[in-house]
Amino acid sequence: MTWRSPLALMRDAILSQKAREKELRSLVSNLPFEGLGKSKQPNRFFKSNAIKTNKYTPLFFIPMNLYEQFHRLANIYFVGLAILNFIPVVNAFQPEVALIPICVIMFLTALKDGWEDFRRYQSDKKLNNTPCLIYSRKEKRFMERRWKDVRVGDFVKVVSNETVPADLLLLHTSDPNNVCHIETANLDGETNLKQRKSNVFEPESFNWTVVCEKPNNNLNHFKCFVEKPDREKTGAGIESLLLRGCTVRNTEHSVGFVVYAGHETKSMLNNNGPRYKRSKLERRLNVDVFFCVLLLFIMCLIGSLGHYLWLKGLSDVPPFLVSDSKGHLDSPGLSSFYMFFTMIILLQILIPISLYVSVELVKIGQIFFIVTDVDLYDEETDSRVQCRSLNITEDLGQIEYIFSDKTGTLTENKMVFRRCSIMGTEFAHKENGKEVTFTRYTTKYNMVEYLLSFFSKFLKVRSSSPSHQTYNSLESFSSLVKRWNIFDTPKRNSSPIEDSAGDDANGVQPCSSDPVTLSARPAAASEDLCYEAESPDEAALVYAAKTYGFTLLARTPDSVTVRVPSGEELVFEVLDTLAFDSNRKRMSVLVRHPITREYVLYTKGADYAIMELLGTGQQKKIATDTQYHLDCYAKDGLRTLCITKKIVSGREYQSWLVDRKRALAAIEGREELMMDSAVQLETQLTLLGATGIEDRLQESVPDTITALREAGIKVWVLTGDKPETALNIGYACRLLEEEDLVINMSCKNKVTCISILDCTLEEVRRFHADPRNVDTTQKISLMIDGDTLAIALSPDLQDRFLDLAKRCRSVLCCRVTPLQKSRVVKLVRDKLKVMTLAVGDGANDVNMIQAADVGIGISGQEGMQAVMASDFAISRFKHLKKLLLVHGHWCYTRLANMIIYFFYKNAAYVNLLFWYQFYCGFSGTAMIDYWLMIFFNLFFTSTPPIMFGIMDKDVSAEMLMGVPDLYRTGQGSGEYNFLTFWISMLDAFYQSLVCFFVPYLAYQGSDVDIFTFGTPLNTSSLFIILLHLGIEIKSWTVVHWIIMLGSVALYFIVTLAYSAICVTCNPPSNPYWILQNQMADPMFYLICIISTVVALLYTFYVLKNSVAPSPLIQAKHLDRMKPSVREMWMKEWRSLRGGMEVKESRLSTPPSPTLETSVDFYPGFGDAASFVGDDLSLNVLTDQKPVDT
Amino acid sequence: MKEEGNLENRPSNTAFTQQRLPAWQPMLSAGVVIPGFLVIGLAFIGIGVGLLITSRSIQVLELDYTGTETNSPCNKCTTLPIQNNCVCKLNFTIDTLFKGPVFFYYSLTNYFQSQRKYGASLDYNQLSGDLTYFKSPASDCDPYRYANGKPIVPCGSLANSMFNDTFKLYQIVNGKENLVPFDGKGIAWWTDYNIKYRNPDYSPLENAFNDTEKPVFWSKPAYKLDTSDSSNNGFVNQDFLVWMRRAALPNFRKLYRRITEGDYKDGLPVGNYSLEISYNYPVKSFDGTKKATFSNVSWMGGQNEFLGIAYLAIGSMCVVMSVVMLIVYAKFRFPEDD
Repeated sequence: MTWRSPLALMRDAILSQKAREKELRSLVSNLPFEGLGKSKQPNRFFKSNAIKTNKYTPLFFIPMNLYEQFHRLANIYFVGLAILNFIPVVNAFQPEVALIPICVIMFLTALKDGWEDFRRYQSDKKLNNTPCLIYSRKEKRFMERRWKDVRVGDFVKVVSNETVPADLLLLHTSDPNNVCHIETANLDGETNLKQRKSNVFEPESFNWTVVCEKPNNNLNHFKCFVEKPDREKTGAGIESLLLRGCTVRNTEHSVGFVVYAGHETKSMLNNNGPRYKRSKLERRLNVDVFFCVLLLFIMCLIGSLGHYLWLKGLSDVPPFLVSDSKGHLDSPGLSSFYMFFTMIILLQILIPISLYVSVELVKIGQIFFIVTDVDLYDEETDSRVQCRSLNITEDLGQIEYIFSDKTGTLTENKMVFRRCSIMGTEFAHKENGKEVTFTRYTTKYNMVEYLLSFFSKFLKVRSSSPSHQTYNSLESFSSLVKRWNIFDTPKRNSSPIEDSAGDDANGVQPCSSDPVTLSARPAAASEDLCYEAESPDEAALVYAAKTYGFTLLARTPDSVTVRVPSGEELVFEVLDTLAFDSNRKRMSVLVRHPITREYVLYTKGADYAIMELLGTGQQKKIATDTQYHLDCYAKDGLRTLCITKKIVSGREYQSWLVDRKRALAAIEGREELMMDSAVQLETQLTLLGATGIEDRLQESVPDTITALREAGIKVWVLTGDKPETALNIGYACRLLEEEDLVINMSCKNKVTCISILDCTLEEVRRFHADPRNVDTTQKISLMIDGDTLAIALSPDLQDRFLDLAKRCRSVLCCRVTPLQKSRVVKLVRDKLKVMTLAVGDGANDVNMIQAADVGIGISGQEGMQAVMASDFAISRFKHLKKLLLVHGHWCYTRLANMIIYFFYKNAAYVNLLFWYQFYCGFSGTAMIDYWLMIFFNLFFTSTPPIMFGIMDKDVSAEMLMGVPDLYRTGQGSGEYNFLTFWISMLDAFYQSLVCFFVPYLAYQGSDVDIFTFGTPLNTSSLFIILLHLGIEIKSWTVVHWIIMLGSVALYFIVTLAYSAICVTCNPPSNPYWILQNQMADPMFYLICIISTVVALLYTFYVLKNSVAPSPLIQAKHLDRMKPSVREMWMKEWRSLRGGMEVKESRLSTPPSPTLETSVDFYPGFGDAASFVGDDLSLNVLTDQKPVDT
Repeated sequence: MKEEGNLENRPSNTAFTQQRLPAWQPMLSAGVVIPGFLVIGLAFIGIGVGLLITSRSIQVLELDYTGTETNSPCNKCTTLPIQNNCVCKLNFTIDTLFKGPVFFYYSLTNYFQSQRKYGASLDYNQLSGDLTYFKSPASDCDPYRYANGKPIVPCGSLANSMFNDTFKLYQIVNGKENLVPFDGKGIAWWTDYNIKYRNPDYSPLENAFNDTEKPVFWSKPAYKLDTSDSSNNGFVNQDFLVWMRRAALPNFRKLYRRITEGDYKDGLPVGNYSLEISYNYPVKSFDGTKKATFSNVSWMGGQNEFLGIAYLAIGSMCVVMSVVMLIVYAKFRFPEDD
């Protein structure tokens, strides 16, 4: 390394910064510069392929980690207090000791961070040293190097089953068709193989310039062109890019030119780490932490004021007032100012230091229990529920709106070809294929043509579910793949799915779906063809065609081979593919007919996207008949497609081709140009026919939807399907009931839209105003299509739309685009301020899943994009029921109660210190040894609430599933709200009052010393705090007993040991032999017993009165019954709610037990009445009268 | 359950992972609550009665000798500036036998020994007999760290402000004053006397205190606190230890002596007594009062009726509640059985 001037270094740095920031990059081969110094390298400004994902270096670990940790406000607060303690005038404890709690917390966090970082470092190191092949000019062959040696501009060779080291522009493959198959499981979790196409080059002769865009994280998008020395430009896109992290399959070797390396590769740019969402409860929690700060402030102010008054009240200088070394005493004002800060130090634990850590621990435990639930396991796919977001488990218990996709979410997304209409004639198809209706077809030619259109259009179809972003139309990437030769190789006779690595650990989120790949795979006999398609519609069509003897034999980038029933094999030359996009909602393929040599364009798409493009004047009748059939199909819930053809003249084709090429090579606005060129050709189409494909409902969907609605959740279905299909599915899954009034909103312009909205709203309002309808909800449902939705979502109409929508039992949106889906979700979430959940399975649901508070992905037939974007991934829609009703409810109540308890616990304990200030001249004295105070919060009382948050079970799972009504307790503000927080604070206040003043009165006037006085306080507060939790705990398992008793035992063991060992370890505090002395004194026990009982008697009283009549308590009563009896009651309870007739805000009165049940079955209500004796509770009691059944 | 294919991801179906551990669900039903309240109530009443009887059996005699009232014999000591050897005598009569052993306390009110800085104003190393801290006491001791350029031993406010009134009790029999013997041994905590506080290993003890100064308010140095018993000097002096154990509350009493010897072993007999107080400790600066207290003790310590009353009150409340519950329960529950 030669010495270089700093100036030169700086210039280089600026240059490289500039080069990296440029919108376009020009890359040339490194080969001519091989062996030259670094400053001579043409691509030296771009990042090397070595990656470093670890945040810390050993040297700077401590400062950097501290910096990270101080991003958490609570840490700053506690460190600030610890530092405050070092100031002599305000300190309350030994400064060193005050540092302990925050140090413990931060040390543990640092340990965890360090360990994670070290593991990242190790994996980086392993990755950087993975061998790969780089071309060397000197050796004239590929040399084995490491991944970290790869530079932009190198030529890298990747052999089969090897991972791609950097983003490569594919130049050469061993495949005769110049394709390379890759598997992107590491990136997006998809296990199907994708094709990449190459141009042929030899590294040695590569003297072209590659111009590509600035690195971005879009996995499905890449723009670049190659400029030859003669200035001719050839465009290339994602179809020629091998992404870092992909695995090359079935291609012996391929060679690529490195365009992006290291951190600039698409997979690394996508690697954003785990998702972080903040739950509603956590936001609420932060508000309450703020309240705690306020409370602390007030308490400190009182303390400071008290100190001032105390000092003022002294007539002279008493012996217990300590001046400074010169005998000078601060004025009362100044010393009470100092006292304010001392009080903050003393009372700091009012803000629970361990709360955040505990919440995280609890969530980990909750996730463990969700993931291990055997009911949420799907045997068919061998998959469990996945929790991808670690910190929103409790949001599952608060959902008010569910937005669901239809295809693949409510339905199986396993398509079966059902009916078709050819040239205006309708045919039916049975699954066994024996149906003979096809014998009626008129001409054989028609049939061939009809089926051919299926084969040729498999290019990129998502039928009616509008999807992905617009796409570069590149046939190799998106076409059918024929793998005869590939699968013959012995290396690879297993299916790609088995080889796939499974889920991607990097958290890569693809932005759009990958297109269809359909591959024909022969088994033993060639007749046993097996097709792989990403879109199940296409597979259904191809299989159906095969049943009638039209077999798709092969699909290469440039051709389609079909065997017709006569045994003849026809090879169609594929000239171009006009890919699907959600604006056109159709796609086309341009082929050359093998016999007539005509250029034929086949177009497939949604009926409304096709019908308007039909040629004028011709086949009016066919079009009308077909439209009629299409409507029938839709009513049966079938997915429909229209197929057309167009014969293009040679001249027309040539002129179009010029435009097309220009569009392909463009970097700016390529999508628009591509679309324009497609639209240009797709005119004057001739209608061939239509198909109807059935998509079956998943099991238990109606049941799940009914349960969710009983739980007070509104279910909206957002689908890209036709309104008729959506309506049909709506009825099938009991989203709509027969007696429902369905408002169908479908209008072309704003004026009609407004009038429909206003009229309906008026009607609905009138209905509600009618006194006869007070307790019922109108059974109306809303059905709206994409165009109308776009109008309704406009700023001036959205309020009215929402007003109507929230009064509807269900809302169905059809023909909506992915963007509209997410807009609807956002609108409802933001305007109605409700918790939303979006569930979907496809790439078109990704936006919606990300927009909702909770996103749920269904790992289904449509790849993994939805799962990658989701917070939770399930395999069946029915799992949603248990996930929400049981786990959601549990997680929420557990965490909410745990947090409330945590605040209560700290407040109760801190208040003891506060009360003592009245008896020590507000001087900040603690009557408990500081170490024991720390232990109290860190060890003695920390595990029980965590266990409580993970394991408490207020109502059994069976009950929660059986009575979905119970879910409502968590909705809205739920159990953790403003009121419960302050009630628990009052509770803490009262209990601390008892806990302090009972010993105070008992020891009044005696010779008790400070710590002897503090010990019964400390002990009884431990009992009160733990027993309070004991009252909160709804079911006691072995674990509960161990932890609760263990905590008490730990307290006594540690405190006894500490009092025995610590003679002068923490001067001036003097805990020596205090507890031992106290435990020999009967008074100690008597005081502890009475203060515990007095403190908790009240809780008991409040609990019974306020909670007894709630549905949860009643459910708990039911839980104790025999399963058969309980079953009966659950049914009755549900039937009472039955048609959701009761207003949402109020819960119905559940049935009471009959006379068969024992007399003291509902005694709680009797007790409740006895305490208050007012009308209210008596009413409750009479309400509970058994119903004779 | 079909076992086809590999189900390696299948979660284990145990009671723990499925959250089906056998659980006890406490439910408050009348059958438990009513008898429960009754039993607790009765038990508390029992304890309360016991406590109250014990507390009532304890005799307490308090004599205020602050001297703020002009007719008080000690008034003369307060009107003058602090003077040494102001002695006042308080006469009192005991009507019934004051059962022994009798404990004699001094009480202070409005005295905040619990003040934080006051409590910290001492040097533990010094008090555990470490000679290096005799030469340079900890800075906590300020402003009673050095006097006349010499280190103060024991240093600090707490030690400096040690209570220094002394008492002598006489029984007046036929006009003659009989000294009632006081027992000053074992009035401090055993752990303080034997473990926490240590005199330096010096003989005679006095030499250890060379080049040190006595606390400013003290009239005699630490090694001369008890002239009658040489082993009761220095940091292990019983009165000193009692003082150093800081009272938790501003109104407190501290044990001064016990009456356990001679004729007074079984208590103070009926008769006239005279308490001779050498009045040294000023209380005016904190508006406090000083009291001499005679008390005998039981297993529950000194007299305190609060605890007994509290137990009685809570106990009766429980009993009443259980009765009310029973009535309500009977009234609203049983008609339904028809």
